This record gives sequence, structure tokens and C-alpha cells, in this order.
Amino acid sequence: MSQFKFVTEMKNLVTMDGPLTKGPPPRWQRKGQENYQSTSNLSINTSKKSTSMTKTPTKLNGSDSLRTKKTPSKTPSKNKSGSSTTPTPNKTLKTPVADRFIPNRSTSNFDLAHYKLNQEEDTSNSPTQKELQKVMCENLYGGDIDSQKILSYRVKPPSAPAGFQNPMRVIYTQTKTPASVKGNNRYIPHAPDRILDAPDIVDDYYLNLMDWSSGNVLAVALGAHVYLWNAGTGNIEDLLELQGNDYVCSLSWIQEGDHLAVGTTNGTVELWDCSKMKRLRVMDGHSARVGSLSWNSYILSSGCRSGQIIHHDVRQRDHLITTLSGHTQEVCGLKWSPDGRYLASGGNDNVLNIWQGVTGGHHTNTEPLHVFTTHQAAVKALAWCPWQPHVLASGGGTADRHIRFWNCNIGSCVNAVDTRSQVCALLWSSNYKELISGHGFANNELIIWKYPAMTKVAELTGHTARVLHLAMSPDGSTVLSAGADETLRLWKCFVKDVSKSKGAGVQLREKPSVLKQCIR
Amino acid sequence: MTGVVQQSKSSITLKGSAEIVCDYLNFGINSILFQRGLYPPENFQSVENYGLTILMSTDNKIKEFLSSTLSQLKEWLIQRSVTKVALIITNVKTLEVMERWDFRVEYEGNPDEAGGQVSEKPLKTIKNEIRDVLKQIASSVAYLPLLDCLCSFDIQIYTKSNVDLPSQWSEAEMAHVKNAQTVKMRSFSTNIHKVDTVVTYKNED
Repeated sequence: MSQFKFVTEMKNLVTMDGPLTKGPPPRWQRKGQENYQSTSNLSINTSKKSTSMTKTPTKLNGSDSLRTKKTPSKTPSKNKSGSSTTPTPNKTLKTPVADRFIPNRSTSNFDLAHYKLNQEEDTSNSPTQKELQKVMCENLYGGDIDSQKILSYRVKPPSAPAGFQNPMRVIYTQTKTPASVKGNNRYIPHAPDRILDAPDIVDDYYLNLMDWSSGNVLAVALGAHVYLWNAGTGNIEDLLELQGNDYVCSLSWIQEGDHLAVGTTNGTVELWDCSKMKRLRVMDGHSARVGSLSWNSYILSSGCRSGQIIHHDVRQRDHLITTLSGHTQEVCGLKWSPDGRYLASGGNDNVLNIWQGVTGGHHTNTEPLHVFTTHQAAVKALAWCPWQPHVLASGGGTADRHIRFWNCNIGSCVNAVDTRSQVCALLWSSNYKELISGHGFANNELIIWKYPAMTKVAELTGHTARVLHLAMSPDGSTVLSAGADETLRLWKCFVKDVSKSKGAGVQLREKPSVLKQCIR
Repeated sequence: MTGVVQQSKSSITLKGSAEIVCDYLNFGINSILFQRGLYPPENFQSVENYGLTILMSTDNKIKEFLSSTLSQLKEWLIQRSVTKVALIITNVKTLEVMERWDFRVEYEGNPDEAGGQVSEKPLKTIKNEIRDVLKQIASSVAYLPLLDCLCSFDIQIYTKSNVDLPSQWSEAEMAHVKNAQTVKMRSFSTNIHKVDTVVTYKNED
């Protein structure tokens, strides 16, 4: 027993970093032991074991070892006597203490060292080297390089057509949020208020098939038909149907009133009075389909697939005023600024032109004021800022995916955001300093952006195919999105806070009847 | 229902096994061409096989190239002289090797078996194994880097040195991928041929 005790004792002493076992025990331990003593005294006081237990730890070893009487502070000296097998470095220091290395020149063989250094390494003969090379070769090439042939057919397959871009690109760069969705203090419903059917809507990025009038009537072109949906009453009227294979390519309401301009595939622009459901006139001038229309007072500007833009004066018999040829391909975006000073046109040739309105008239000069070629894809989505009439937002197609902001007074790009998706439509909110964009692949969503920070306020998903067009209700509270999934969805995303704009008046739109869910 | 129902044992011959391997390569390579976006997706047509929908190229030149390469490969597979088939994807402009798909072929069983080498492995099991590999190939898009350049492909067949060079064929340089990263897919076996699929791609960072 005593030997073991001694051994453990020694171990405890040698290990310097272990828990402290020597010395007087801490107070809490002693207290515990005393308690134990008092309780155990009653029953097992007579046993030998208990007597050893009652001894205090310092006395536990008693006469077993003289050395253990020493206090821990003396352990180094104990090491010396107790265990000579573990000498500390300090004890073996016999060499003179110095911090410099002084080489002994007489013992070094400089000639041999020089020879060894300059000797040409002759490794090719070494069998181990050869073996190593072979193994490396097998590892790298999966076999002996000399005993195999690599053969290939001489007629090579063709490469992809020039200009082809890897379609996977969109997937690889598709990330959830380029800018974080920032918490805002207003409630935006993430589900559409209503969903309307839009059967046979033409899934064509280059057309503009929806417009919401100031009189709260929504015009939608579905194939060859134009339907009017009175958002207040829910009434649906079939305004017109084109004959043959023609279909409607663009719609635009005059700023104030009931006049609707309709662009068609055969290059004519029809003018309809929707209060009387009557066609007023047909204006020709284009050689191909008219995909975009925009009003500026009595001037109607129309953009054609040929790339030409024509200003029509709808009052005159000789309606054709000016022809603008600033685009080489289809004009798919056309918007007059709210103050009528600028006309913005975007084309499939990736060009965005800004035309300045002539003084004293409502049409524009024949030369563009600014030509922006920064977009890498067709520019369809165009929207003028309602509170800064010289600021234009434009969105590019699949290969571009940017929303860009232009100051048209100075002709510079103010800001650009990569949306990671095709931008099909853009609208500014008149109630908030925000704008909403409609997107295609991959999420087919609508995104509300804070302007000018361009942080995402909300993402509205629901469409199962790309969002083709956007229109805003005259009171600015509701956005209607037309998707290629043949649905129209109403999003009440810009509802004015009633408490803030106290008594702003009765909402323009009354609740339409539930039965009229279908626009047909 | 009279008499004894004879148990028809389906067995795969050496030739049949080579054909299975070539079929796999045809579907696998087409799938890679589509998945990696080498060619416009409108030039592909979906075909049902192995319980999967696989997109096969409709481009005549690609089809011709694959069929002539694979028919030659089949002969070599029967002769047991192929060690590896490599699909090389190169950048058209810089000729840099962007990616390499290796199909390593190993030979199993005794080639000198009387009456030709025969495998008893059920075809269904083999097809299931092939399906698993093809699924892995299709899902490799998730980690392979984007080939953001015009690319073309080529097939190199690693053979033993005693193989005669057929007409229209030439010897090629081994293709190396710079800064390579390798991922091994599942393998399948017909008990005559065993095929490992390995993709080596350029690690970008």
C-alpha cells in the first residue's frame, strides 16, 4: 500500500501542470470533510478505515514518505533527488552560456562541400527514380504512357453557332436577392387581390397589350380582340375584333378622355371612342406591326417593327407629322414624359433613344437628343418618374437584366441595378417613392423597389410564366400585371395610408361584383 | 399451361455488352452536351430511356460524329483494346481545355471462355445502374462551373498501342485541364465491361 502511495505521490509531484493535490486543502473541502466526519462518527468510528479517513490530508501520508513533507514550492529540488530520469534542461547546461554560433572551421571539409554542391545530379540512372516516374505516370494517366494510343475521329463536331450564349448562365447567376429585402413600415399584401383570366394573350415581349385609363377603364388585347373592363363596375365590353390572322399589338389611352389607340399587325393605328364604342379613324403609315404607342396631347406616337416611329396628329386629315428613324429594329418601348418634353423609345437593337419635344408643338425633333447603348438586350420597360419629370427608368431583356436610371437633362446614367431577371415592365408609384418591375425567368415575379436606394421592398410572386405587362390604376393604389400564364393579377401594393392622408377622399374604384371574375 | 415452363435465361454476349456500353456513352454524351449548355437547347429532343427523359441532339453533324465514333469504339471494345474514352470540352477561341469527362473501361471475366464470353447479369439491373450514373451526370450542373464561352467537344479514345489506326482517325494529344478538380460518378458493369465515369473540370477561384 505504502509503495503505491509513494508512487502516486511522486507522480503528483512530477506533474507540474496537474491539479493541485498537495498542500492544505481548500476551505470548502475541509468543511465537507468535517461534515462527513461528524455524520460517520456515529456508525463507523471504530473501523480502521474510518480512522484513516479522519486524518487530515496533510497527515495522510504520515511516515510513508519523508519527502512528501516538503511543500510544493520545493518541488524542483525534489525532482533532482526523486527522479533523476527526467532532468530539466536547466540542469544539463554544461556548455558555456552563449547566444552565438561559432563554426569550427578546422573540422569542416570545404572542398568536399564545394564538390557536392557543384556536382551534376545524375538521377536518370537511379532505379528508384525510374520506379517513381512510372508510378507517377500511372497515377496521372491511368496507365503506362508508352503503351497506349490516344485516337480521335478526324471529322470534328461543329461548335455552337457564333453569338450563342450558354443558356445556363441565367441559372448560375440566379441569386435570391441582389439587394436585401428591407423591412418597411407599410403592409404589402403578398398575394394578388384578384386574378382575372386572360385567355389567348399573346406571349410576345415586344408588344404592349394593356393600358388603364384615367376613367378607370382597363383595356386588354387578347389575340384579335380588345376588351374593356370597367374596374369600377366590373362591366366587360368587347370593343373590337380584328379580321383574319391579324392581332392587336399595342394599346394606349389618351391622357384624359375615352379615346383608345390600337396598333395592329398590318401597320395601321386605329382610334376608338370607347364611350360610343365607335371607331373614329384608321391611320396608316407603317410597313409592319405597330408594337408601341404613346400619347402626348393630340399627338400620338407609334413605334413599328421596322424601327420607325411616327408622330400622328389625330386632329388633322393629313395625320403624319414626323417620322423618326433612330432604331434599326422593332421599337418595343415608347413613352412620353409626363411633362411632354421628352419621348423615350427603346428598341430590339438594344438602343434607348431620348427625343426632345419641339417648342410650341407636341411632337419631337427628328434627331435623338440622347442615344443610350448601355443596355445589352431589347429595351421594352420604360417609365418616367412622376415627381422628377426628367428621370427615366428603363429595363433590359434577358441578356441585360438591368434597370437603369437616366437623367435626360444631362444625358447620363444615374444608377443601374442588376435584377437577375428579364425586365418586362416598369412602373413608378405615384403614392410612394417606389417603383415596381415585372420579371421573367426564373421567378416570374414583381419586385417593388425603393427609390433612389434601390433596395427591394417586396417581391410578389404568383405568376407561373413571365410578367408581360404592368398597368396602374388611376388612383395609384393597384397594379395590374398580365402574365404569359394567361392571367391578370391585381396587386394592391401601393394603397395610400388613410391615417396619413386624412380624408383623401373616397377611393375611385368601387368593389366590383364577385360574379364578374372573368374578363371574358 | 401444359408442360414445363421453360426458363429462358437471358444472357449478354460480349457484343451485346459492347453495345450496352456504347448506348450508355451515346446517351451520356448527349446529356452532357445539353446539360453543360454547349449547344442551343432548341437543337435537342427528349427521348425516353432507362426510365429517364434524356435530351438528344438533333444536329445532324453531331449525330453523325457520335455514331461513327461509337461504332468504331464498339469494335475496339469487343477486341478489349480500349482503356478509356474521354469527352473533351474546349474553348473554341482559346483552345483551352475546359472540362474532361473520362469513361474508363475495365474488362471483367475470362475472355477465353468457351463459346464466347457471356454475362448472366440481368439487363434490368444494368439499366438501373446506368440510370443512376445518368442521373448523376444530369445533377452535376449543380457544382460544375459555368462554361461561359463558345465551346466545342471532341472524343478521344485511349487504346492499347497495338491497335491499327483506321482511316479518318488520327492520334491526338492528351488533354489536360488546368487547375483541375475531379469528381467520380457511380460506375456500372455488365460483368464483361465495367465503366467508370469521372469528370475533371477547371477549378475557378
